[in-house]
Amino acid sequence: MKAPAAAEANSSLDAVDRALVIATQGGLPLVPQPYERLAEALGCSAEEVMRRLQSLLERGIIRRIGVVPNHYAIGYTANGMSVWDVPDEQIDEFGGKVGALDFVTHCYQRPRRLPDWPYNLFAMVHGSSRGEVLAKVAIIADLLGSACRAHDVLFSTRILKKTGLRIGGSD
Amino acid sequence: MPEAVSLDAVDRAIIEQLQGGFPICPQPYAVAAAGLGVSQEDLLARLQRLLEARVLTRFGPLFQVERMGGVFLLAAMHVPPTRWSEVVDLVNSFPEVAHNYQRESAQQCAFNMWFVLAGESAAAVAATIRRIEEASGLPVCAFPKLQEFFVDMRLPVRV
Repeated sequence: MKAPAAAEANSSLDAVDRALVIATQGGLPLVPQPYERLAEALGCSAEEVMRRLQSLLERGIIRRIGVVPNHYAIGYTANGMSVWDVPDEQIDEFGGKVGALDFVTHCYQRPRRLPDWPYNLFAMVHGSSRGEVLAKVAIIADLLGSACRAHDVLFSTRILKKTGLRIGGSD
Repeated sequence: MPEAVSLDAVDRAIIEQLQGGFPICPQPYAVAAAGLGVSQEDLLARLQRLLEARVLTRFGPLFQVERMGGVFLLAAMHVPPTRWSEVVDLVNSFPEVAHNYQRESAQQCAFNMWFVLAGESAAAVAATIRRIEEASGLPVCAFPKLQEFFVDMRLPVRV
């Protein structure tokens, strides 16, 4: 998936969409007719809830509807944020190549913060052990070759907080 | 961090096949259950159990905040070890902080606390950063996304 084009980046939500986002950001109701249940809470019809969810999906405001597994619980107990210093003029080429590797779940260009932080390419790598993550990081290092001037891998040692993303509302 | 828990074949099928494409129709659990070869009641009970066991962090729509006009920002701090727990509590007390991780590297990298701030605008997120800096007396370094090359968090089940 590529970054949204600027023109579509700010799809605005109307009041009912917003209420729907706030009502579902904690999750869908686990009842046989969840959209009916949401409709009752929002004071509209189940058809309208379904039509709006479909529209949010088509507009890319909802990426997908489904389960979000905890990576640790499904066996990915090591996660490494690999960071790379590559020439800015080659960032598109390298970002595309690194992002295409099947073990990379996120790949972004971010700003350097000199002198502390020379890295401009971030790629998240998941594995069952630090050794597996480091082996995958070595594959990225090979791919970048001599264009890469420095790199590092930051392992998460503790989750200090993890809540779903929330907008507005009081829940 | 939670230990990996044991899952049976149906749990694994739910986790792998239901990461997207949950139906939008009057009885979506019945439709999804049929696709998995289980009953609606079994699917609902398993989702409930997987959520309670925190195998799933959530079940529902996954939003792309940027397309709602919102902002998601990665930020990092170097927290001195002597102030660690105090600063963890302080940063976590901000509702705008969605995730916060302690990270370390073999090279003694400059930042040991990495968190994601959510806000409704760039200005709101910048204001949160200033409030965290004022409250902690420590600098907060922002790492905005300049370009997104790839995002897909779906991974095969390993347990």
